[in-house]
Amino acid sequence: MRWLVEHRQGLAHGLMALPVLVLAARWAMMIAGSDPRFVGLSAEPIDYTINYLGLWAIRFLILSLAITPLRGLTRWSWLAPLRRPLGLWAFACALLHLSVYFMLDQLGSLALLWESIAKHPFILLGMGAFTLLLPLALTSTRAAMRRVGARRWQALHRLVYVAAILAAIHFILRVKGFQPEPWIYAGLIALALALRLFPARAVRRSTA
Amino acid sequence: MLLRHPNPLHPHERDATPEGLYHDRRAVLAGMIGAGLLPHLAQAAEGEASGLPRLSARLTRRLDEEQTSYDSITHYNNFYEFGTDKEDPARRAGRLRTRPWTVRVDGLVGKPQTIDIDRLIRLAPLEERVYRMRCVEGWSMVIPWVGFPLNALLKMVEPLGKARFVAFETLRDPGQMPGQRTSVLQWPYVEGLRLDEAMHPLTLLAVGLYGRVLPNQNGAPVRLVVPWKYGFKSIKSIVRIRLVDRQPPTSWNISAPQEYGFYSNVNPTVDHPRWSQARERRIGDWLPRATLPYNGYGEEVAQLYRGMNLRRYF
Repeated sequence: MRWLVEHRQGLAHGLMALPVLVLAARWAMMIAGSDPRFVGLSAEPIDYTINYLGLWAIRFLILSLAITPLRGLTRWSWLAPLRRPLGLWAFACALLHLSVYFMLDQLGSLALLWESIAKHPFILLGMGAFTLLLPLALTSTRAAMRRVGARRWQALHRLVYVAAILAAIHFILRVKGFQPEPWIYAGLIALALALRLFPARAVRRSTA
Repeated sequence: MLLRHPNPLHPHERDATPEGLYHDRRAVLAGMIGAGLLPHLAQAAEGEASGLPRLSARLTRRLDEEQTSYDSITHYNNFYEFGTDKEDPARRAGRLRTRPWTVRVDGLVGKPQTIDIDRLIRLAPLEERVYRMRCVEGWSMVIPWVGFPLNALLKMVEPLGKARFVAFETLRDPGQMPGQRTSVLQWPYVEGLRLDEAMHPLTLLAVGLYGRVLPNQNGAPVRLVVPWKYGFKSIKSIVRIRLVDRQPPTSWNISAPQEYGFYSNVNPTVDHPRWSQARERRIGDWLPRATLPYNGYGEEVAQLYRGMNLRRYF
């Protein structure tokens, strides 16, 4: 048990790497010559991959936002160190999501990407969410935290709230017709943010 | 299992064939198939595992582009009656019963009637036609359909002079179509064409693909194929066709009028609000290709829209 607690960061990273590792294994089988559908990448592996990575980015983002209210409700202090790996994996999935979109959908052309951002609010919102996550990932180390200063660091990292809202709208705009899934994700994000606003006093009292 | 023991006295095929040709035999066969010299060989291989009955049809329209595999055509479907995931229709359409099945054809016609599907299939000689299919989502396929021109059916029911549009309707039965228990769209799915579009010789009523009866997930037992329009116009599993004097409501237009117009002709210069329509990815390709005006059928259909503002009537 103590071993688990001591190595929880490493274990967390190992567990959180799974979605990307599974995807990488599928791609490896496809590149080795397997039919993309039979390795679980559908008949349209590029679209599948972009959707898969975007979905995991938003899932990790929601989990990272859920830690603080969960800790307040359960008083499980061991949850706190999971925020950093969750945030970093959200960023990693978002970076891969954008990279595959840029290279294979936008043909690696900055001109095309710029046109898509300018013309389509759906793309603009996704780019906005990614851009907000970038400084957070870059300042995720302890050294960076010290350099920036705890107070400013915390203010900076509140950008994740805005990123999550943009990502939720980006997902809602993605689907055709009325589909519940993106609304469920948006609802979870709204809940995680609302729990910070409203029962703030109750949580503070219980953790004091 | 059949085992062949090579007889050393008999020369192998490879010994009697120029080496280069022997090594390229697949490409040679593919070339012959592509050139229409061996059309039935291609159809025999693709789709055989489906076990669906074969249809005899005359190849009347070729396309000098690689056909999408049967597996992709039947496992990458937008057919929200069976769920919104692309593989849901292949998984869940098995419960659709396509016999008995009738199609009611009525409205502004001289001879309204209810036609049994087995009679409908024999209404006109079946043709095999290889068409491009461009989805509004930005992907495309090349599909060898089997069917006959819709105008054969419409002529039979004798449209009245007042008829201007044709309205189509898919089966509504949540028991067979579990996606209809959700409200992703209004059910039943409805579509429509202007009468001249419906009468155009390219407009097909399809009952098969790759030389076999349509699989349920592709819109069995009978569906529309309008190759110069985005795929959602090609309504599946039709139970009713009505001739009307006013532009009929259409499902995706009801759902999001700013995104999906009544015409929905493939047009690379009019973007979807959320993505570009200038390019498309052919299923099986890595990189996108340019989308063609009217999906490449402009020479045959552009005159239907002469003088129309295509940005307004998208």
